[in-house]
Amino acid sequence: MSARTGSEAEPTREDARIAEKPALRRFHQARWDEKLIFELGTPGERGVTVPAPEPEVVAAVGDPAAALPDALRRTAPPALPELGQQQVLRHYLRLSQQNLGADLNVDVGQGTCTMKYAPKVNDCFARDPRVAEVHPLQDASTVQGLLETVYRLEGLLKEIAGMDRVSLQPAAGSSAIWTNVAMIRAYFAARGESEQRDEIITSSFSHPSNAACAKTAGYRVVTLPPDADGYPDIEALRAAAGPRTAALLITNPEDTGIYNPRIEEFVRLVHEAGGLCAYDQANANGILGITRAREAGFDLCHFNLHKTFSTPHGCGGPGAGACGVTEELAPYLPRPTVEFDGERYRLESDRPQSVGSVRPFHGVVPNLVRAYAWIMSLGAEGLREAAEIAVLNNNYLLAKVREIQGVSVPYAEGRPRVEQVRYSWEKLHEDTGVHSEELGLRAADFGTHYWTSHHPYVVPEPMTLEPTESYSRADLDEYAAILAEVAREAYEEPEVVRTAPHRSTVHRAKEETLDSAATWAVTWRAYRRKILGVETAGDA
Amino acid sequence: MTRFRLGLVVNPVAGLGGRVGLKGSDGSHVQERARALGAVPHAADRARTALGELRSRGAEFELLTAGGPMGPGTGRVVFAPEGSTTSATDTAAAVRALREHGIDLLLFAGGDGTARDVHDALADSSADLPVLGVPTGVKMHSAVFAVHPRAAGEVVAAYVRGAGGVRLRRAEVMDRDEAALREGRVTARLHGWLTVPYVPARVQQRKTGGTVTDPESVAGIAAELAERAAALSPTPSSTPTPTPTAGGEAEAGGRPGAPLPEHPLLILGPGTTTRALAAALGVDVTPTGVNALSLQGSSATVVAPDATADELLALAGTAPTALIAVSPIGGQGFLLGRGNQQIGPELIRAVGAERIVVVCTESKLAALRGRPLLLDSGDDTVDAALAGYRPVLTGRRTTTMYRIAT
Repeated sequence: MSARTGSEAEPTREDARIAEKPALRRFHQARWDEKLIFELGTPGERGVTVPAPEPEVVAAVGDPAAALPDALRRTAPPALPELGQQQVLRHYLRLSQQNLGADLNVDVGQGTCTMKYAPKVNDCFARDPRVAEVHPLQDASTVQGLLETVYRLEGLLKEIAGMDRVSLQPAAGSSAIWTNVAMIRAYFAARGESEQRDEIITSSFSHPSNAACAKTAGYRVVTLPPDADGYPDIEALRAAAGPRTAALLITNPEDTGIYNPRIEEFVRLVHEAGGLCAYDQANANGILGITRAREAGFDLCHFNLHKTFSTPHGCGGPGAGACGVTEELAPYLPRPTVEFDGERYRLESDRPQSVGSVRPFHGVVPNLVRAYAWIMSLGAEGLREAAEIAVLNNNYLLAKVREIQGVSVPYAEGRPRVEQVRYSWEKLHEDTGVHSEELGLRAADFGTHYWTSHHPYVVPEPMTLEPTESYSRADLDEYAAILAEVAREAYEEPEVVRTAPHRSTVHRAKEETLDSAATWAVTWRAYRRKILGVETAGDA
Repeated sequence: MTRFRLGLVVNPVAGLGGRVGLKGSDGSHVQERARALGAVPHAADRARTALGELRSRGAEFELLTAGGPMGPGTGRVVFAPEGSTTSATDTAAAVRALREHGIDLLLFAGGDGTARDVHDALADSSADLPVLGVPTGVKMHSAVFAVHPRAAGEVVAAYVRGAGGVRLRRAEVMDRDEAALREGRVTARLHGWLTVPYVPARVQQRKTGGTVTDPESVAGIAAELAERAAALSPTPSSTPTPTPTAGGEAEAGGRPGAPLPEHPLLILGPGTTTRALAAALGVDVTPTGVNALSLQGSSATVVAPDATADELLALAGTAPTALIAVSPIGGQGFLLGRGNQQIGPELIRAVGAERIVVVCTESKLAALRGRPLLLDSGDDTVDAALAGYRPVLTGRRTTTMYRIAT
């Protein structure tokens, strides 16, 4: 708009029109140059001033620290940041603006993570004082409603998976897988077969936590590579299954989005060898109400409530996991379980064969409440519809992305995928020298992104997209248009892509520093010691 | 700061035979036939593609090169071939001339034959000059090539910058006998080793925040091997009471009266993986040869460096137990019969086929892109006994059930 002088005419409707937006948004991230919270504040600054206790309270309680053994008592106060409430709020809001969170962008680029919308109304339930302000050691008689919620959620998940019992104690997906492995170990210990059965079989494209949890529990891991069609190689399974097999831990569909139609045969082969079968349902979002672990013959399964059942993810809020088992494995479930006698709900800890507690108390209760609310709001038919839309969205996006120059869809040529697709930019990389990772970073200049966590790196230049049911057709069109634009740039102006992101807070992080124990620093103290080279006062 | 000096030599006839189905381009006779069949040289074009990529990434360097058809047409010419047709002698002379001009890295455009010539030209030098191949040949089984010309430019750019910690590693130079190949026989062999800059971009990109590094898995494989060797029962051939079945003819290896070694024998095939394994066990071995180690707990001593087939057979006959560890060689995934012929059928029968442990890091296995591992031990019965699905040891307590084909 040009500047007007007093002699000019009155503003027109044209002047008042809001400037038209470009087809692709020119996103620009806020940059606050914010310091770490440990570098902020002033000694003595406080967010809350706790009033001194009344003299009679002091007289009655005495010195509470006196009850602590010497070894647990501090000699110096902890070196915590000292800030007022507003300073803390502002700090974290600023940091959040330097992020591309799930509530801001079309977050389909974190394939395998199932980034669906976590309805805000469910946060109201989680924040209700009857959830948020109860203490885990409160008597069961005072938390009947909460126990009922957990009990009913177990019932819903039993129905969804077809299993006989479900534990909601695990902290998240990997915690649930670990719990399943612990139950497998306890099962074979009870049968006197633990020494003989020291192997766990998984597949290359299964959720990588399967191999990790099995190893953590002391098992040897046997991996089945993909066959030419991208299915786990059944001939490799025939060679692997035997008297040493404790279990098969497998994801279906796998992280390629390919559903293994021979899964019953896999389960049968392992059962014939005397092993158990655990269904990793991290990718359950496309099969809710369509297939169940029980009908495929599995003995155990797990869900990530923060994926399939819409609760926030571990990095943006606590996760939550669930383990389902058949009657035969039920004695090994974590304790306590929630039981109902027709009148009262109670916590049952007297479970002698239990693997013990995998998390203090009763799991991530706020997320159990959110997952319960989500399932109840949809109902059985709604769950199936959610799965169907997730698959439809994925195949819609697949059709659009397939049109982009330089992309390919390895394995199972021409066939549809379930809820996600592992694409390859191999051709684009050969033509232009631009890597998949660089395309994902350039997408950030348009307000979205994708990441390239694709262990193991069997698919060259990978990109995994999982749109879930949450995204509209317009969202998916926008996402595909961004990818098409970034790919075009890779062919025509590769330098722009290689040096991206250009409109973000931090252009490039030196990722090598994350690869070495000498330089990674996940705490302030570690940062001071390893990077700044100073010992923090009060470490002793 | 002195500018980075990049040497470039092009083998103009590399790849000539490929497009016209001649399976190679070695020898002037084949090259003539290729030209007659309409083959057009493209090695220089591919070298220019690599240089273009390098420049587009802002690398600062001085280009030293060979002249005429052996160069890209730019840069300072330090060697000029005589005549219009070039040969292996010219490649070697150009490489030596470039080296004498003090280059920091040598880029060559060619195939396995060119890699072999570069290797031989550098063999008399004590300093390890970093080398990288721009793939333009027909046969490229050597591990010294970038995956394509652009990738060569990318790797060199990263190396010139020195950023991102570009590592150097020893990579195999493989070559096949083309005359035999045209007769239908595959006779690839391990020719030697060159030092190449290594950017694990292809199959080994980082899982965000992850730490999947090869040295760790190699150490895991070493620990696993030591544990397995310790748990072994005696090998059939050294059992005091003769077994009725396996190892009958290998009984001769157990020389009566010879003092029996007390410790398990570990026979290591050649390769970077197995060499790293030896290092993890505390010993240094030649990467091109087959080495016999005596295992004591988690450490080892070399009992037969660069051993011959006969030496290995004799050792296997006297050791209380033996284990053979082999790793796929080159890009083709050969387990036996390429560069490790010392591990022959007699030795395998003596030790027992089930005591051959296939070791391979996950990234190297992934680089096979689903192709099976290959066998060519020279004995069909031995190959058949080893073929099928076998566990490949990929790290501590981890295996991949992988297909091995003859």
